[in-house]
Amino acid sequence: MIIAWLIRFVTGIQSRWLGCEPAARQRIYFANHGSNLDGPTIWASLPGRARRACRLVAARDYWDANPWRRFLAVKVFRALLIKRGHISRDDNPMDQMTDALDGTNDSLIIFPEGTRKDHDAEEELNPFKAGLYRLHQRFPEIELVPVYLRNLSRILPKGEYLPVPVVSSISFGAPLERVENETKADFLARAEAAVLELKENEDH
Amino acid sequence: MPPTLTPIVYALLAVLGTATVTGIALKLNPKTRDLGCDVLSRTIAWWFMCGVIIGCCWHGRGALTICFALISFQGLREYFAVTRVRTADQRALFWSMFVLLPLQYYLVWIEWYGMFCMFIPVYGFIALTVFACVRGDATDFLARCAKIFFGVVIIVYFVSHVPALATLQIPAFEGGMFVHEHGEFILFLLIVSQGNDVCQYLWGKSLGRHKITPHLSPKKTWEGFIGGVVSSAGIAASLAWLIPFNAWQAAGFGVAIAVLGFAGDIVMSAIKRDAGIKDYGCMLGGHGGILDRIDGLAIAAPVFFHLMRYYGDWIAEHQDKL
Repeated sequence: MIIAWLIRFVTGIQSRWLGCEPAARQRIYFANHGSNLDGPTIWASLPGRARRACRLVAARDYWDANPWRRFLAVKVFRALLIKRGHISRDDNPMDQMTDALDGTNDSLIIFPEGTRKDHDAEEELNPFKAGLYRLHQRFPEIELVPVYLRNLSRILPKGEYLPVPVVSSISFGAPLERVENETKADFLARAEAAVLELKENEDH
Repeated sequence: MPPTLTPIVYALLAVLGTATVTGIALKLNPKTRDLGCDVLSRTIAWWFMCGVIIGCCWHGRGALTICFALISFQGLREYFAVTRVRTADQRALFWSMFVLLPLQYYLVWIEWYGMFCMFIPVYGFIALTVFACVRGDATDFLARCAKIFFGVVIIVYFVSHVPALATLQIPAFEGGMFVHEHGEFILFLLIVSQGNDVCQYLWGKSLGRHKITPHLSPKKTWEGFIGGVVSSAGIAASLAWLIPFNAWQAAGFGVAIAVLGFAGDIVMSAIKRDAGIKDYGCMLGGHGGILDRIDGLAIAAPVFFHLMRYYGDWIAEHQDKL
């Protein structure tokens, strides 16, 4: 709780629940990714009960790099540390996420872009990866909530270690509706559009 | 309560009380409900701002210095959020928020006038330009430096002149020093500049016809501007007892603050139009961000500071002849 409060204090973030209530039900939050602060900030913006039942899906090479990060990742964010790059049959992110959702009440925070977007890059989002679609196929009853993080990539851009706490905000949108027999490409396009729509909303 | 604060507090209570009652009355009438909500949310923010400033004045110079340091900090947070800079500027941004800003206010606190005046224009300038190029990213170099330095000058350097007013040593007409340990100069400046904002808005709303800058700030009209300047002169004259000058001189300062306040308003509006936004933030309900509130004050503060310093010396020299 102290850590959640600290993250909110350092980033000074404002959270807006535009499309759904901050309820403690099982959900998958998916967001744009530009900073190592992204996951912890979404986690910290959730209210107490929802936060305790929420797990972060994060890169093992970053969070396992030293004992302090490992402590935060494992004990505090209860992170699913996934391997990037080479993926084998017994060690792959999809199985880990499926296990984490199956038969539990836990929510997940995932970044379907797969990696942090370079702050100076022109495009809005890197293309979403298919994992979100597969999770949706496997667990159709779990709500998929789009999240847009504004300016977090300015607070701590990729490759920087000095934080600059500019005004930032986090918006939670309406859960994606379920569409029968949707193709993977259509679904991912819809998910990307949901995140970008929150951005437009922010800019008025 | 300190004797100079008493009348100010009663006047503020009266004005804000009237505004609150008006807001509630407008809200209860279904026809003017939206206007009422707007008036109420602005008034609530005013209660908060007046409370903080009066509390700091009551406490003294230290609290005022810290208060304006925090205002500058929040201002920079809002400013850097809307200016397009690059990742390579991260270090310059970090330095301006966590090194230049505290040092500038520390110089105000220790009353080192010479260093306070040139710290950011000279050393801040050198530090920021060097930090902007250490990463070897030369894309838009001049524009990036200009954006960062512009923000630091207006939001840190200019605003730090407000608490610096409490360090002035000004002789009074009757010999001895004019005592202003409760931020009397600051109260004068704040009330006149914020009063000017409100009066320009009210005059513009009621009489405004001829637009001054239709592209930058469509709400600014000649009627509002002139009404605001005249009203500010009136407010300033009625507050003359806060500063060691008579009513006519105070009215002159009021005109200067009003004109500069207007200038600051349109300069900060130009930045907003450039960035394509309406307000800098949403910290103060109905007012936008803190930068939207202090835009006029930021430009007026250094000039008012120099006017006080210059005419303070003038009083000292001409004391025997008056």
